[in-house]
Amino acid sequence: MIELRQLCKTFVLGDQPVKALDTIDLSIGVGEYISVMGPSGSGKSTLLNMIGLLDRPDSGSYTFENAETTTMSEPQRAELRSQRMGFVFQAYHLIPRLTARENIELPMVLGRVSSAERQRRSQEVMERLGIADRSHHLPKQLSGGQRQRVALARAIICKPALLLADEPTGNLDSHSGAEVVALLEELNRDGITLLVVTHDADLGARARRQLKMLDGRIDRDLTPG
Amino acid sequence: MNLLDKLLFCWRSVSRTRLRSMMLLLAMAIGVCSVVMLTSLGEGARNYVMQEFAFLGKDVLVMFPGRNETTGGLPPVTGAAARNITLTETLRLQRAVPAILKVAPVIIGSTLVSHGERGREVIVLGTTGAFPDIRQMSLDQGRNLHLDPGHKDNECLVGSTLLQELLPNQPAIGQLLRVADYRCRVVGVLSGRGDAFGMDLSDSVLVSISLAQQLFNTDSLFRVLLQVNTQQPLAATKKRIEEEMARLHQNELDVTIVSPDAMLATFDQILTIMTLAVGGIGAISLLVAGVLVMNLTIINTSQRTPEIGLLKALGAAEQTVLQLILWEAALLALAGALTGLLASALLLTLASVLWPSFPMQPPLWAVVAATATAVLAALLFAWVPARRASRLSPIHALYRR
Repeated sequence: MIELRQLCKTFVLGDQPVKALDTIDLSIGVGEYISVMGPSGSGKSTLLNMIGLLDRPDSGSYTFENAETTTMSEPQRAELRSQRMGFVFQAYHLIPRLTARENIELPMVLGRVSSAERQRRSQEVMERLGIADRSHHLPKQLSGGQRQRVALARAIICKPALLLADEPTGNLDSHSGAEVVALLEELNRDGITLLVVTHDADLGARARRQLKMLDGRIDRDLTPG
Repeated sequence: MNLLDKLLFCWRSVSRTRLRSMMLLLAMAIGVCSVVMLTSLGEGARNYVMQEFAFLGKDVLVMFPGRNETTGGLPPVTGAAARNITLTETLRLQRAVPAILKVAPVIIGSTLVSHGERGREVIVLGTTGAFPDIRQMSLDQGRNLHLDPGHKDNECLVGSTLLQELLPNQPAIGQLLRVADYRCRVVGVLSGRGDAFGMDLSDSVLVSISLAQQLFNTDSLFRVLLQVNTQQPLAATKKRIEEEMARLHQNELDVTIVSPDAMLATFDQILTIMTLAVGGIGAISLLVAGVLVMNLTIINTSQRTPEIGLLKALGAAEQTVLQLILWEAALLALAGALTGLLASALLLTLASVLWPSFPMQPPLWAVVAATATAVLAALLFAWVPARRASRLSPIHALYRR
């Protein structure tokens, strides 16, 4: 599904160039459950952004579902993001003035899905994630766990093949965090490819495949069990 | 994203961030309102001037003895500046020129007018009933003077101020006033001010022309007001009158005829400059409103950078983001402009109640220009930050790097 070859990305911090990704080679198959761990600045978020087509590499190749993405135009990449990928962020990134339902429907609004269809699908997803009774609440009226579930609903509303989660439990207490993780894993069992970037060793250890990053390189690639 | 979804998205953005929307709306409203109010003031001043000097209708010519000419050499041996215009001549003139509808001869002077113990030195205007008719003056009480200049009764119309001075709180009609050595019956009371030749007629008395001739012992007329038929060209009628007067005066043209156009033309230049100045002030206030819109749009887009990043991460195209920001700016500007127009309409209504004599009305071009400029300025000034925001890489926008 995903092939990274010799991928490099360098940032300049101050006047110091930092290699966020240093010749990464990585293959990910359909339905995998992968965690990416490592200290701050090890490049794990950059890797996630790169796989999520939010960022462009300086060199190397990235094929997603057999299509080379590095040569794609921005609208093509945007199209791929909206159709095939879902994002969950640590800070939720919900639009504060939109209700839960409106936030969830946003990708479909952008994707020109009809109003009736949007209604049907958002209802279905909200029921599945247990937030149907919160559909008319604004994000500020929701708890952290509920917000992350709204964000998760938004991420999967367009039925993506790949779900990218950046510290999905970072802002949550352990109980809400566990609930969100359970939902993510349930989605993975249904066939979605799940990639989680985290600091949390317990969360990282749950994944079937565990990547440890250090200084922009994949230090270890473990598949326990 | 279709248009309806875009508008809905903008509407939610506008309606759910009240304070920011209100500030933008206010800026725009003040801009538009000030343009409309300023131009209304300008137009009001213009109308006021026009009104003040339109005491002569468009169909009224004023004739007076003498020519506005520069002459040289010795003064005439006779010592007379010009031949007089007499009442008889005006009657002949009226018969000879069919385009003349009404003739109001005017003799003017000042003398003591009294009633009982009370006396007052005032301006006395000797004329016929044609004068109040031509000037479209109205009467508070009584009737007009006789139209026939040959009428021998001594009768008069009294101005409202003079009436209060001479006959306070008593019926005026039928009273006898003493005008110099003559007695004269009050037949009517003038209402309001009734300016004529720049004079206030409320403190004066209009008497029959025959009485004025005796009072001031003269045959010569000070002015003659001629109301003419406007279906024929004014210039032709004027020429016809000049010819007739020259014939009556042994083929010498020694009268001057002034048309209202000529008098108003004098003010035209002043009024044009005033309109331009007012338009300039209006343009400045619109510019200020435009800058306010620009600032608020820039602050708004930079505050919402993460949101723009999110929209792009969710697959929004550059064009979509750009259009969302521009639509929002345009909607707000339009709403602001309408609010401004509404506010100015209210203010103008209030002004018309407070100062009914000052006719403030916005010119149509100002209303259209103010609204159009508001929306255009908003779009133009929103364009720059919108374009910058729409081109941000999603990752930079999301994490505000």
